Amino acid sequence: MKSPFFNEDHEMIRDLAREFAEGELKDAAVEMDKTEEFPQEILDAMGEMGLFGLEIPEEYGGAGMDVRSYVCVMEEIAKHCASAAVFVSGFNSLGSAPILMDGTEEQKQKYLPGIASGKEFMAFGLTEPNAGSDAGSMTTSAVVDPSDPDYYIINGRKCFITGAPIATNCLVYAKTSPEKGSKGITCFIVGMDQEGVSVGKHEEKMGQRANPTSDVILEDVRVHKDQILGTVDEGFMNALKTLSLGRVGVSSLSIGMAQGAMDLAVEHMKERKQFGKPLAKFQALQFKMAEAETKLNAARLLTYNAAYLLDMQHEGEKVDPTKDAAMAKFFAADTAIEVISTCLQMFGGYGYSREYPIERIYRDVRVNSIYEGSSEIQKIVIAGKLFK
Amino acid sequence: MNILVCIKQVPDTTEIKIDPVTNTLIREGVPSIVNTFDQYALEMAVQIKDKDPDTKVIVASMGPPQAEVAIKTCLSVGADKGYLICGREFAGADTLSTSYIISRSVEAIEKLEGIKFDAIFCGKQAIDGDTAQVGPEMAEHLGIPQITYAIEAEFVENKLRVKRETEDGYEIREAACPCLITVTKPAFEPRYATVKSKMAANRAKIPMLGVADMDIDVERCGLKGSATKVKKTFVPVRNKNGIKIKEETPEESVAKLVELLTGAGVI
Repeated sequence: MKSPFFNEDHEMIRDLAREFAEGELKDAAVEMDKTEEFPQEILDAMGEMGLFGLEIPEEYGGAGMDVRSYVCVMEEIAKHCASAAVFVSGFNSLGSAPILMDGTEEQKQKYLPGIASGKEFMAFGLTEPNAGSDAGSMTTSAVVDPSDPDYYIINGRKCFITGAPIATNCLVYAKTSPEKGSKGITCFIVGMDQEGVSVGKHEEKMGQRANPTSDVILEDVRVHKDQILGTVDEGFMNALKTLSLGRVGVSSLSIGMAQGAMDLAVEHMKERKQFGKPLAKFQALQFKMAEAETKLNAARLLTYNAAYLLDMQHEGEKVDPTKDAAMAKFFAADTAIEVISTCLQMFGGYGYSREYPIERIYRDVRVNSIYEGSSEIQKIVIAGKLFK
Repeated sequence: MNILVCIKQVPDTTEIKIDPVTNTLIREGVPSIVNTFDQYALEMAVQIKDKDPDTKVIVASMGPPQAEVAIKTCLSVGADKGYLICGREFAGADTLSTSYIISRSVEAIEKLEGIKFDAIFCGKQAIDGDTAQVGPEMAEHLGIPQITYAIEAEFVENKLRVKRETEDGYEIREAACPCLITVTKPAFEPRYATVKSKMAANRAKIPMLGVADMDIDVERCGLKGSATKVKKTFVPVRNKNGIKIKEETPEESVAKLVELLTGAGVI
């Protein structure tokens, strides 16, 4: 689709991602959903292609591209495999944005090349069992080691951590000054092989099942102060900014998935005949699909616009894309859930069968309005800007 | 080792539409790709380069200016450089003329690059024309040995050792370099481009070769130099009235076919 938001480079990246998704992910997605395993060779191939370091500068092994390139890749990959797209966002967004934002030169050199190549997954450990949307109420603590002030001791439990079982490192947000609430949180880069770090039981999820997800348990984990990302007590801003950037990721994931479902439904409706004619000839169904198509494209424009504004901001223009990104995330996620439900309806009984991919897409999309800031949280952000 | 890979840009569709007036392919609105067999030929060459990084892989394609895109695609998946053989004089060339023109470009490219090609890799045929003639004819024009239907190739001393597919199985053959091979579907798939290689390829300038850049006889180019002429092209109509002959053995099937054809007065 020609769009004023994209240039030739973006379109080329999109073509590359589309070609890969159609060739390697379309069929593999079915098996992944059953086995809950993401094939290592696909992960390696995506890493080699450079799909995991899109926004990481070239000097750290990335492609040095922009938010819109990331959106193009997310959209095309998500059309065929949500789990693969979640890996794209894990590497490109939640895993690398915090380091790009606040990392020292040494930390950037140490961690970013591994992330860009897809060889070292960096998990994002913010959520806790009793601190979801209210992330500031976390209880994981980091206290200065009384025997050596260069070290901190971390204790706590992070939950629903995407990629934790395969991660090399994990960004752990912990309270260093509990009395200061959310202004007393520090971010640490913790090696998953460090003593005292373990992963909890495998989380059996409704959808996006090939993204291994589990708790990260921290028991007296001793970390050097060099492992602090950014400034002590200022980690919460890092987390919030990362999530703010991450919103276009879930937005593009949502529109990609919804487009994938629309493509399947349109094809099915042209072929499936009832009462002597194809479903596509029934006006009642045409209208439902017309509404779905319109809403999907509205979501798409919100997403593209937010990505464009983020790029403008990176280029130094004075824009604040916070509200635009929140609107894109909320609207794209909710719309995708609705559109995919409509598409499933077009498949009738077949849509309810695991033989058809629409059933998986319906499960895969449900979390989109929940994670990386629920729709309700997005509305708080939007209203906050509206009534400031 | 230096390898020249000859590629063709073809429409990416099996549903070819033909202009009923001019009898030519309608290319508008049809996405173009690098001919599938040429992609295999390129991948085979690039795999040789993977093993021996001193290998140079150069791509050449004859086509209209927009075929530059196909060459860029090749650059993104491992080719070092690409040349577009392009000119008004080449329009309407049949396989004889096409193979002549491309064979003349070989020397020109060698001069420009300051190298000699050890081998020329071609796809066995283009998926649009399906003639499978250009590769073999090029070898004849150049007076070099050829091996067709290759699925594996490696340089052994100053020879190219090729595993080729035959109707009965496989053959291993060797040809002295320089030689030409045509490649059929091998056991491997062409690689994907990377984000970086795709960007670099898109920024590459593709040099063009015209009649002025080659030692070439213009009389043998394009329509003038073509020995054949397309009278008509059409999509065959699917005949639903056909019958299937499936006897116990192939011999019995043949006997039955002969009987039917004789009965119908066809043979």
